[in-house]
Amino acid sequence: MQLVSKKALLMALHSEDMRRLARLARLDLPEEAQTALAGQLNTFFGLVEQMNAVDTDGLEPLAHPADAMGEAVTLRLRPDVASEPATEAVRAANQRSAPAVERGLYLVPKVIE
Amino acid sequence: MSDMHDWGVSETARQLRSKAVSSVEVTTALLARAQANEALGSFLHLDVEGALAQAKQADAQLSAGAQGRLLGVALAHKDVFVTTGMPTTAGSQMLAGYQSPFNATVVQRLADAGAISLGKLNCDEFAMGSGNENSAYGPVRNPWDTTRVPGGSSGGSAAAVAARLIPAATGTDTGGSIRQPASFCGITGIKPTYGLCSRYGMVAFASSLDQAGAMARTAEDCAWLLSAMAGPDIDRDATSLDVPARDYAAAIAVPRAGATADKPLHGLRVGLPKEFFGEGVSPDVQTAVQSALQQLTALGAVLVDITLPRTELSIPVYYIIAPAEASSNLSRFDGVRYGHRAAEYGDLIDMYQKTRSEGFGDEVKRRILMGAYVLSHGYYDAYYLKAQKIRRLIANDFQSAFQSCDVIAGPVAPTVAWRLGEKANDPVANYLADIFTLSSSLAGLPGMSVPAGFGEGGMPVGLQLVGNYLKEDELLQTAHQFQQMTSWHDAMPKEFSV
Repeated sequence: MQLVSKKALLMALHSEDMRRLARLARLDLPEEAQTALAGQLNTFFGLVEQMNAVDTDGLEPLAHPADAMGEAVTLRLRPDVASEPATEAVRAANQRSAPAVERGLYLVPKVIE
Repeated sequence: MSDMHDWGVSETARQLRSKAVSSVEVTTALLARAQANEALGSFLHLDVEGALAQAKQADAQLSAGAQGRLLGVALAHKDVFVTTGMPTTAGSQMLAGYQSPFNATVVQRLADAGAISLGKLNCDEFAMGSGNENSAYGPVRNPWDTTRVPGGSSGGSAAAVAARLIPAATGTDTGGSIRQPASFCGITGIKPTYGLCSRYGMVAFASSLDQAGAMARTAEDCAWLLSAMAGPDIDRDATSLDVPARDYAAAIAVPRAGATADKPLHGLRVGLPKEFFGEGVSPDVQTAVQSALQQLTALGAVLVDITLPRTELSIPVYYIIAPAEASSNLSRFDGVRYGHRAAEYGDLIDMYQKTRSEGFGDEVKRRILMGAYVLSHGYYDAYYLKAQKIRRLIANDFQSAFQSCDVIAGPVAPTVAWRLGEKANDPVANYLADIFTLSSSLAGLPGMSVPAGFGEGGMPVGLQLVGNYLKEDELLQTAHQFQQMTSWHDAMPKEFSV
């Protein structure tokens, strides 16, 4: 299997793209990691090229397997109501693994000067 | 009673019921065995006190004549299921020390059925990997050869069951994470139809693919576990299937129409996708799988040639969809509500970035970036939407195939387990090795791995069986009948046979 096609190389990801993606994903990537990742992603996107040859005109995207299981299966939404009682005990249990909490509130660095 | 560790689920239950042994005795023996084999790396957390307390309670209930099929039987959970009494890490530094305020539905259901939880099992970080080398807490070793990987991502589950540390374990499968480690470690594993087991309390990787399942030595033991795990969880998981829970152990005991004693699989049409038997499969795996297929025909099955033309495409399709969903799911790890937070940071954004960079391992970062890319402006249609359209074709291909067969059979993976470190720096090589498990995951179909012999280096080979939606009974019965005629599932790794 040819991993990297000519076309893939033409639209290859560079360090600059990696910086943009890292920013979007809130990841702090050192320069050398960006280069390594760009190489690995380019190898992968070489495989992706074969998707272009598939005729998908008129096809509905399959976002979820239930959509392929026929009429017997339907997805549903539950009523939009709180499922847990809003008690201090529940809040304390939920905040037990929080890095910084004070009086039931999550602490974050100052966002308004 | 020195062979208690080799009993399996149903045999342990029978021994407990006959009062030949107590749950405390079995649990104590298994805990000692797990402690003696720490070097395997399969357990991330062993709950000695909790397990013994549960065993004591189970013994009291057994004495009082309580029913409950799994009452007093010990097992352990892949560390992506959240648990109240034990930490949950998902194999990530991001969740070091995390204590869940609730139990995953699957964990709770097994506890309600009387099962005892010995602890939490190692896995690839956030279930992303095929070799269990992506765990932040160190690799798991394959009991058949400790220089090799156990497979992944449910590598701790597979290794612990194969080494007889526990008779059964839970696992999760997003693109093969139950079937491939089961194959690599010579045990039996089932990934049910998407939505059969609740995802409530499973640390999310790719929500349209993640599915819990059972791992044990035999199909019968898997059936016992699955019967307790499966069933609707309507209020807690919007994608839980609203189909009644079934007793799979009872189902596999019901003979097929027209079956006879020596032809229990009479008339079963087994489809062989030509794409699963090409030159990409190593000769040792080919040989073992072919011989398993001959055994199926001896049991009355009929082999049918089929085609799944988009097998190769399932790799890019899966590795676009799964990272896209992962990048979205993992955005919740922000160092605010739970999990790791960097020690030093400037403003809020800097706190997010440092926290996430420290907390996530390389493979997780890679997939988050892949996901962010395919979902980003200008690429969404070309990659993400296109992949979802091909996913539709892949699901359709299976339905065409099931016109002419009842189950589909083939290898689980192109090779036996590789050596630790061998593919560690080549992520794409890992992705390519997932080729035979990805398409059924994309379609949401149930699949199994069944021990089918040994290949290169004396390593186990698994036979993959894929069924149509909600045909877990047929899959388990096929595997069960195969195991009545074969003994691959009984083989024990030499180093762990004492």
